[in-house]
Amino acid sequence: MKKGIIIALLALGVAQVTTAQNRYFSRDGHVEFFSQTPIEDIEAKNEKMTAVVDFEDGKFEFAVLIKSFEFEKALMEEHFNENYMESNKFPKATFVGQIEDFVGIRNSNFPPGVEMAAHGKLTIHGVTQDVILPATVTPDGTNYKLKSSFKVQPSDYGIEIPNTVRDNIAKEITVTVSALVVPLKK
Amino acid sequence: MRHLLALSVLLLSFSLLQAQEGSMLDLLPDDEPTVDYATAGFKTTRIINGHSFELNSHGVLDFKISHRFGRLNTGAYELFGLDAASIRIGLDYGVTPWLNVGVGRSSFLKTYDGFVKAKILRQQSGKKNVPITALVVSDMAVVSQRNTNMSIDPYLFTHRLNFTHQLIVGRKFNDAISLQLMPTVVHRNFVLTAAEANTVMVLGVGGRVKLNKRIALNVEYYYVLPDQLASGFKNSLSVGFDIETGGHVFQLHFTNSTAMVENAFMTQTTGDWLKGDIHFGFNVSRVFTVYRPRN
Repeated sequence: MKKGIIIALLALGVAQVTTAQNRYFSRDGHVEFFSQTPIEDIEAKNEKMTAVVDFEDGKFEFAVLIKSFEFEKALMEEHFNENYMESNKFPKATFVGQIEDFVGIRNSNFPPGVEMAAHGKLTIHGVTQDVILPATVTPDGTNYKLKSSFKVQPSDYGIEIPNTVRDNIAKEITVTVSALVVPLKK
Repeated sequence: MRHLLALSVLLLSFSLLQAQEGSMLDLLPDDEPTVDYATAGFKTTRIINGHSFELNSHGVLDFKISHRFGRLNTGAYELFGLDAASIRIGLDYGVTPWLNVGVGRSSFLKTYDGFVKAKILRQQSGKKNVPITALVVSDMAVVSQRNTNMSIDPYLFTHRLNFTHQLIVGRKFNDAISLQLMPTVVHRNFVLTAAEANTVMVLGVGGRVKLNKRIALNVEYYYVLPDQLASGFKNSLSVGFDIETGGHVFQLHFTNSTAMVENAFMTQTTGDWLKGDIHFGFNVSRVFTVYRPRN
């Protein structure tokens, strides 16, 4: 009986040790996307991405407010929010995933040029897709630089593009996510 | 007892699992509250004839071509009014994020007009909660049509001037519905009879219901407070649709007014909806980004 309690307490202790994790985060991460067609190039930037990476197990998450994307033309921004992303209904885009073999790469101190793969769920416009995002991590003092560049097809996320502007918006949009993550102190 | 222990261990591990399931992003310290402005309460800066509570963004030039055809009740010979047209061509520009200026020329009495439209309150939530948007619009219209009424002598330049000052108070209630009230003062420097007031008080009300992402139904009504106009002048009522196609907004509507300048459609509307004096019309708005403040 006593043994049981001790085991339970030990289990609790171990569990607490594993939850006190080594996490890095950012609140001012950068997201930009680029749509290129012969008719026009559309570019938008967002400096308010939040991201967290767990350095113990390679869990990786980021989230971005759709309304904080800035376009060079005000009307593009309005149409992006109103007609395509419906940002009142779906205010955020998120990624929740796991970087493959993170611990191994971390232990060799992120050799330059090593591209990792983050498997997970990307949610845009309320639609979730399983994706694999390439990711690189570069040490920067006590912090780390994180970068990922990938392609997104609006049609995969239920974003309707009407015929009249079909030629103005690329079928595949290049998204680049980058952030300087700093240790998360509890 | 052992069962109880097993159960508690199970519960404990379950709760730990749950903690693991939650997003790591939730563990971050609370962020500063954001400022969330209400945007795109109307598709363009006019509801139909009058101003909506929206402005062109800073650096955006809006070229507007507006037509009002003849009366529907003129019948098939006039193709229900399509043989006649009243037109206004105008340019609006976003000087700052809160200030627009515009000029226009109407065929109605060959009128030139210019206006200043300033946002004094912006609907927002989040950090600060402001439930409404408010603007002031001041408009001057110069009638350039030659005077053919010989009983008016002398007919001076000042006779040609008309002024409109308007307060717009509106709210975007949700993605679909926006409403606004427009208390307005119209001053005509010259009126034909002593029975007509030079300064006319008008209360406007307008709104829209978005039917889908690209089409909205708009209604606009200007109520002239009683005993200010000669008999025969009616309140302006317009009903129409906004259709948005990328850079253009097409507004198709039915109205009893043929003028598209504030003072004229508010105080010189002669059409009577009940008699079928209804005009089909359209506004086409095309915007150009001529200056990019973010670069």
